[in-house]
Amino acid sequence: MNQLQNFTKGFFKENPILVLVLGCCPTLATTSSCLNGLGMGIATTFVLLGSNVVISLLSGVIPDKVRIPAFIVIIASFVTIVDLVMQAYVPELYETLGIFIPLIVVNCIVLGRAEAFASKNTVLSSFIDGLGMGLGFTMALGILGAFREIVGSGSIFGYKFIPGDGVLVFILAPGAFIALGYMIALINRIRRT
Amino acid sequence: MEYLLIIISAILINNVVLAQFLGVCPFLGVSGKVNTAVGMAGAVTFVMVLATIVTYLIQIYVLDKLGISFMQTITFILVIAALVQMVEIILKKISQPLYQALGIFLPLITTNCAVLGVAILVIKKDYNLLEGVVYGASTAIGFGLALIILAGIREQLELLNLPKGMKGVPVSLVIAGILALAFMGFTGIVK
Repeated sequence: MNQLQNFTKGFFKENPILVLVLGCCPTLATTSSCLNGLGMGIATTFVLLGSNVVISLLSGVIPDKVRIPAFIVIIASFVTIVDLVMQAYVPELYETLGIFIPLIVVNCIVLGRAEAFASKNTVLSSFIDGLGMGLGFTMALGILGAFREIVGSGSIFGYKFIPGDGVLVFILAPGAFIALGYMIALINRIRRT
Repeated sequence: MEYLLIIISAILINNVVLAQFLGVCPFLGVSGKVNTAVGMAGAVTFVMVLATIVTYLIQIYVLDKLGISFMQTITFILVIAALVQMVEIILKKISQPLYQALGIFLPLITTNCAVLGVAILVIKKDYNLLEGVVYGASTAIGFGLALIILAGIREQLELLNLPKGMKGVPVSLVIAGILALAFMGFTGIVK
């Protein structure tokens, strides 16, 4: 597989949310607006990049039996970095995302890529894989967030362009499940044909 | 009265899956059959209560004492992972039937974000130990309730002729959305 395919597979063919359905919790919780979704996506991308690179660097050193705990410690270190940086520089976004920043550590995508890809491949491929997967994740979050924001409150990035209240349920919890459900169904339909 | 409030709020109003979006992966993953859903709910309850106690004590007596609360994420996830392993080993030794019932679900729980989420939330909300345990247990019951309801619906759904694209995860998500809508009806029963 060449590096370009390696990069683009995260967007459509193996998109973490829309195809693999990994890491649903932050997807559902943080997409009440497009900006929040993108913020969460970028935070996750950073963790994914860092952990992929470090894990592929250390793949010869970590004994096979304790690899999962070792991976978790590496991932948790990057999550802590993101947590502290966001608290310092974007406190508002940090408040909105709240508990889901520390919870990146249990996001299945990050550990999944570490186990399935980074521990077996070179540093460069792992870097590209992390970037592609992370941006694919960010893209899915951005689309879902934009959809929920437009339908739910008639605005995008906080600018209101449709007067009135919108379909409020899409901003609330049930709308997240329903919107993601139909989005995955749509992708399934496209992939099958 | 205060405890009753925590219980009702954690089970019905702020349901862990349907309102707070914690633990969605196992919620979708093991809701195919009612039997497995019951097993998973049992295992989560067990681990969540234990994890709440242990992480609370570590936060108070180690992290706060030493002034290193920024290590919270790393410590908690390691403690939970170790705890799950330990529970698995102990269960295997002392109670074979219980191990057979819960065993296969235990490794999955490490990456269940509801467990880590509750451990962090208990610290964030400034609960004392007893309140934390009650909160942890009722959150787990709320998780089990949502999981078993969804499993019951999905078993019936097997008999339907769904469009191909909707099968599996998408239809479960839509049902979860409708369930969440139903649970929103509980808002306001406690002030």
